[in-house]
Amino acid sequence: MPAKAVLSGVHFMNGDEAIAEGAMAAGCRFFAAYPITPQSEIAERLAARLPRIGGTFVQMEDELAAMAAVVGASWGGDKAMTATSGPGFSLMMENLGLAVMTETPCVLANVQRAGPSTGLPTAVGQGDMMQARWGSHGHYELIALCPYSPQEAFDLTVRAFAMAERFRTPVLIMTDEVVGHMYEKVEIPEEVSEASRRRPQGPPDEFLPFKPDEDLVPPMACTGEGYRIHVTGLTHDERGYPDMSADAQDKLVRRLCDKIRLYPDEYTLWEEHFLEDAEVAIISYGISARVALRAVELARRQGHKVGLLRLVTAWPFPDDLVRRVADSVKGLVTVELNLGQISREVERAVKGKVPQVGVYHSGGRIHRPEEVLAGIEEVL
Amino acid sequence: MTSTQTRDTKRWKVPKGNICVQDDLCKGCGFCIDFCPRDVLASAQHFNTKGYHPPELVDPEGCIMCRFCELVCPDFAIWTEQPEGEDEHEEEDD
Amino acid sequence: MPVKEQRQAPPPEITQGRHPMEKYLRMDRIPHIWCAGCGLGTTLASFLYAVDDMGLDPDSLAVISGIGCTGRVAGYVRMDSYHTTHGRPIAFATGLKLAKPYTKAVVFSGDGDLFAIGGNHFIHAARRNLDMNVICVNNLNYGMTGGQVGPTTPLGGRCTTSPYGNFEHPFNLVHVAASAGAAYVARWTSLDVRRLQKAIQEMLSRKGFSFLEVIAPCPTNYGRRNKLGSGLDELRYYADHAVIKHGADLSETDMIPGQDFLVGKFVDSEKPTFWEMYQDKVAALEERSSR
Repeated sequence: MPAKAVLSGVHFMNGDEAIAEGAMAAGCRFFAAYPITPQSEIAERLAARLPRIGGTFVQMEDELAAMAAVVGASWGGDKAMTATSGPGFSLMMENLGLAVMTETPCVLANVQRAGPSTGLPTAVGQGDMMQARWGSHGHYELIALCPYSPQEAFDLTVRAFAMAERFRTPVLIMTDEVVGHMYEKVEIPEEVSEASRRRPQGPPDEFLPFKPDEDLVPPMACTGEGYRIHVTGLTHDERGYPDMSADAQDKLVRRLCDKIRLYPDEYTLWEEHFLEDAEVAIISYGISARVALRAVELARRQGHKVGLLRLVTAWPFPDDLVRRVADSVKGLVTVELNLGQISREVERAVKGKVPQVGVYHSGGRIHRPEEVLAGIEEVL
Repeated sequence: MTSTQTRDTKRWKVPKGNICVQDDLCKGCGFCIDFCPRDVLASAQHFNTKGYHPPELVDPEGCIMCRFCELVCPDFAIWTEQPEGEDEHEEEDD
Repeated sequence: MPVKEQRQAPPPEITQGRHPMEKYLRMDRIPHIWCAGCGLGTTLASFLYAVDDMGLDPDSLAVISGIGCTGRVAGYVRMDSYHTTHGRPIAFATGLKLAKPYTKAVVFSGDGDLFAIGGNHFIHAARRNLDMNVICVNNLNYGMTGGQVGPTTPLGGRCTTSPYGNFEHPFNLVHVAASAGAAYVARWTSLDVRRLQKAIQEMLSRKGFSFLEVIAPCPTNYGRRNKLGSGLDELRYYADHAVIKHGADLSETDMIPGQDFLVGKFVDSEKPTFWEMYQDKVAALEERSSR
C-alpha cells in the first residue's frame, strides 16, 4: 500500500474507496468504525493505508464506540472520521449529538442501504435522509452532503473536513450503496489543502473554550495544550461548565443552530441541468439524480422542457434555492429512494405554489428512467 | 479562568504543624472526626452556612500529624500544614 | 451527628487559606454536588494527591468520565476533562489516546456507566490492552438518577427498580476486569485513602489497561434504602469487613453483604499495549516496503 496521503493521479475506484482517499487527502489521521455492508471498503482501505501515513485505524466493538472514539480523537487533535450504514447510523446518534453539543469537528459517512432495520444489507436505499437531519435527540443543525459519483465522493469528503473545522460541527456524507460500489474515474489532484482548526489566541488562563468569535464559532483547544478545558454534553456556559438555567439552554442551542444556519453560502452546493427554459424541474440527489438526469434527456427528446436540480447539500435544506427553481417552473418532481423524505422539505419550502409529484421507491434497486418519466408526465 | 480566591480558614497550631478547616465547605460527614486515631477532632456546636457542624480541633497536643483527616475528607474542607522543609505540598500559583 | 463530650477547642487563628489540592480543582465549582458521606470526594482527593505526589504535569493528563455521580469528577478537575455520554468514556478515551498517545488517560466513572451500558467498551479496551487507567467507583446502584438497581447491586438489595429485593447476580468487577485481560487490577474502598493513592500512582506509572475498583458509600440512595446507616456507618463497615489479600484468586473476591470481602492488588502483569503492537506493525510495514 502506498505511503502517500494524497494519491495524486487518475484512478479507477469505487465510491467507498474514493471516500477513504478523500479523507486521507484532507488530513484525516484517525478512523474508527465497525464493519457494515456496504461501508466495508472504506474501513478496509483505511485499515491498509492509514498506518502507512502516520494515522491510526481502529475497529471498535460497535458503532456507539466508533462515534465516541471519533469525538475523542478530534479532541486529541486529529481530524477524525467514521463510516457506517443504516443500522450503525442509528447506533451513532447519541454520540453524534455529543459531537454537536461539544462542537467537535468530525465526519461521518453513511453509505445508505435499504431499511428499516436490517433491511437489504447489500442493496441501495436513501431512506436515512430525515434521520440524518433529526436522528439525534434535541434541536440542532448539521451539514449533510450527497455525492452522486466516486469523483464527487472524493471531492465532497475533502470539503466535509473543511466544513467540519470551519463550523466546528459533525458533517455527514450521505451516500448510497450504488455510489459506494460503482467504479468510475477519480482524479486526485497534486495537492489538497488541509483545512486548519481555529486555534485560541491569548494566554490559557484567559481562554473561554465556548466563547464564540464573531461568526458564532469558538476557537478550539485540544488535550495537552495547556488550556485545561472542560468539555461536557450538558448544557454549558462559555467556560464549558454545566449551567442548568433555561437562559443558558436557549442561548447555547440558538448559537449552535445559528452558527451554521446563517452562513448558507459556505456549504450550500448544487448543480442545475437544463433548468433555464424548463417547465418541470426534477429535484433529486445521490444516485437517484443520475437516473433523473437520464430521464431529463429522454424527456427532452420527447419535447418536454424538463430540467434537473441536483441537490448536493441536503442539510441544511436549501429553501431559497428550491423556491427560486419552483418559481420558474410549472411543476416539480422529486425522485428519491424512499417513500418521500426530501420531498417533504421541498413541499415545505414551496408551500404549494406549484404542483409536486414524488417518484418513490423504497430501495433495493435504483429507479428506472421510465418511472421518472411517468412522474414528469403526471405533473405536466 | 478558575478563581483561586481564598476562603475563611480556621488554623490550629499542633506540635507538628497546623490543622486548617474551612467551615463552609464541610458537609458534616463525620469521617475526619471518627477516624482520627487520636480523637483530636470533635463536631463544633455552631453551624456553618449550610447547616452542618464542621469539625474543630479539641486536643491540639494529641495530634500526631498522620494527615488522615486531610486525606479522607470528601469536601476539601480540612488539611494540614507542616513547617518548611517537611511540607509535603508546595503552595504554587496555578 | 453524635456530639462527643464537650471538649473545648482552643481558639484558632482566623486566616485566609487555600487547600493544597486547589491547584488541581476548579475552585469556582467547589463545593461539589456530592452528598454528605459520599465516597466520591475522597476518591477524587486520593487521585489528586497521587498526581501531586508524583509531580505529574497536569497537562499530561486527561480525565474522561461518563454519566452519573462519578461522572461529575471530570467537571471538578482543573485538567483537560471530558464529560461524555453514558457508558462511553472508555470509547472516547480510546480515540483521545490514539490521537495523542503520550497523554495519560484517566477514565473516572461509575459501576453502572462502565459495566452496564458501557460493559462492551470495557471488555474490549481491556482485551486490547489500551493504555488507560480506569477508576470505577462502585456504590452498588445508580445514584444520580435516584437509586435504581445496577449490575453490582448485591442479591437482595433494595433499589427503586428492585423494590422487592434484587434477584440478579451482581458482577464481581475485579473478576470481570481480569477475565477481560486487564493488566493491572486492584480493589480498595474509599476509606483506604493511602492505598488508593498508591494504587493510582502505580496505575499512572505503568502501561497498559489498569483497573481500580473503589467501593464507596451511597448514603442517600443505596445506603438509606438498605438500612446501612450514614456514609460514616458504611465506612465503619469497610473497616470491619475489608480484608487485604494481594494476589488473591479472583474467584474468592465476590462481595456478599454481611461477610468479609477482599481488597488489594489482584493482577499486575506486563504485556504489549495496543499502541506498541500497532507501532510494531507500522515499523514492519516500513521495513518491508523499503526493501
